[in-house]
Amino acid sequence: MSVQTLRWAVADGRVLTARALAHWARRPGEVAMALLFPVMVVLMMGYLFGGQMDVPGGGNYREFIVPGMFALTMAFGVETTFTAIAGDAAKGVADRFRAMPMAPSAVVVGRATADMLHSVVALAVMAACGVLIGWRVHDGAAKALAGLGLLLLLRFSLIWLGIYLGLMAKGPESVAAVQVLVWPIGFLSSALVAPSTMPGWLGAIAEWNPMSATVTACRELFGDPVSGGSWAAQHSVLMAVVWPLAIAAVFAPLSVRRYRALGG
Amino acid sequence: MAEPRFAVVAEGLRKRYGGTHALAGLDLRVPAGTVHGLLGPNGAGKTTAVRVLATLARPDGGTARVAGHDVVRAAAEVRTRIGLVGQHAAVDEVLGGRQNLVMFGRLYHLGAKDARRRADELLERFRLTGAAAKPVSEYSGGMRRRLDLAASMILAPPVLFLDEPTTGLDPRSRGEVWDAIRTLVGGGTTVLLTTQYLEEADRLADGISVIDHGRVIAGGTPDALKARLGGDRVEVVLDDPGSLATAAEIVGRVASAEVDVDAEALRVGAPVTGRATVLTEVLRALDDAGLRVADIGLRRPTLDEVFLHLTENIENTENVQDEKEGVRS
Repeated sequence: MSVQTLRWAVADGRVLTARALAHWARRPGEVAMALLFPVMVVLMMGYLFGGQMDVPGGGNYREFIVPGMFALTMAFGVETTFTAIAGDAAKGVADRFRAMPMAPSAVVVGRATADMLHSVVALAVMAACGVLIGWRVHDGAAKALAGLGLLLLLRFSLIWLGIYLGLMAKGPESVAAVQVLVWPIGFLSSALVAPSTMPGWLGAIAEWNPMSATVTACRELFGDPVSGGSWAAQHSVLMAVVWPLAIAAVFAPLSVRRYRALGG
Repeated sequence: MAEPRFAVVAEGLRKRYGGTHALAGLDLRVPAGTVHGLLGPNGAGKTTAVRVLATLARPDGGTARVAGHDVVRAAAEVRTRIGLVGQHAAVDEVLGGRQNLVMFGRLYHLGAKDARRRADELLERFRLTGAAAKPVSEYSGGMRRRLDLAASMILAPPVLFLDEPTTGLDPRSRGEVWDAIRTLVGGGTTVLLTTQYLEEADRLADGISVIDHGRVIAGGTPDALKARLGGDRVEVVLDDPGSLATAAEIVGRVASAEVDVDAEALRVGAPVTGRATVLTEVLRALDDAGLRVADIGLRRPTLDEVFLHLTENIENTENVQDEKEGVRS
């Protein structure tokens, strides 16, 4: 790849990032909804259900769920990525891009940059909400930032999942199917309840869920008590790196292949 | 490099989707600076042909050159020389018209200032200046199509592919799109147009290729294609069923092929050659025979008739090869 090609790839990626940002400016309501939805979930869980919840090993349930909500916010991001990619493919915009002399990587670079920016803002909103309901960082800023880094790494890997599903879909309407997928996977984890309270086999699945790896790692880095006896739970920071890399390693090449094959 | 004489050359193009031959050896030559119509029923392979020529799909066999460059080996070269208008208006619905054109301009690697200038020019030319800031989701079907065309014209490409550009548009929007296409052609662009509307091909195209089952089954100018059906037709409508036989005999004297008699409509018709004298000749003979005529006329066959005629022939001769038609229309 020549320097010139690389320069255009960066420039084209920036144009498409700007496109996504222009969407937000055109439809601020949608952005606000996407940012406030996890806040609503955390308030619902914390105040409606929270009274009945006992955190194994003690501690405040509202503080327990904030790291879980961080990770769920990252998981909900799959829907954003999916909708944008599937919409472009269905409306022929993807075809237009492919018939233009632009860098093919720009579609992904633009999407990923915009989605990562969106996720940073979403984490900031969730952190502010968390602080208001009693969540605190106990182990210093450096570890806390490492936790946020792991969350963004999870989000980055899920961008590839979103792109792949978006390219496979018939149209953006299929997002309902993605939601059906995201919710059980998100909830079958240590995000909102401790796997030790689940039936044994279910708890085992939950502890090995990539979501749980990131959530448990975050709890550890934020200085919260951590439960769970499985190998995955005890090596959560390692797993919180390995899982996203594995997801990206599977879905990035699949997405590239699918994108190339769009025309048949 | 000198402009090639043919803007589009396809030789023996083949493309399979599963067990379906969407293209089964398509040959095509489009002289530079002309409008060429690709005509065919749903599933004939029109869209697949355009997708291969526009570098979106790789052919399984055969070669194609667009603006002098091979669509597989020099796809990047081809992409800087083509515009593509597909069946959907491929523009960003959330953004405004101007934002769309500036974005596509940047992706064509124009500088920021040039992209904005080009966007304004095109908005003006396609009469969208008034709606430039509005989101495309508020545009009418015709306006979207015009924006789509404008986006394809950002680099003023020498070759433009239009895949059923007016499908689903009302007659007024269709007229608008036709005007826009004529303007482009006036500037020297070569246009390859697929359509199901024979009227559209008739109005816009210099040459036509009729395709069916992934192959060209006939080609020529619209007039030449109509002439293949036996040229003009004379048609006489009588007001008395008793005079049908005599009238058929009279029309038969000038006919170049079999005379059709429609007893119910009291109509006698036949293909004829020699446009100028036929009508007076028939009218005089009918008058001499004392027959009263309700209506008489000479008309050219429509492209619809040509098309039905050609595809029927194919079906009659190729019943053996009972393949399912292409998945992509």
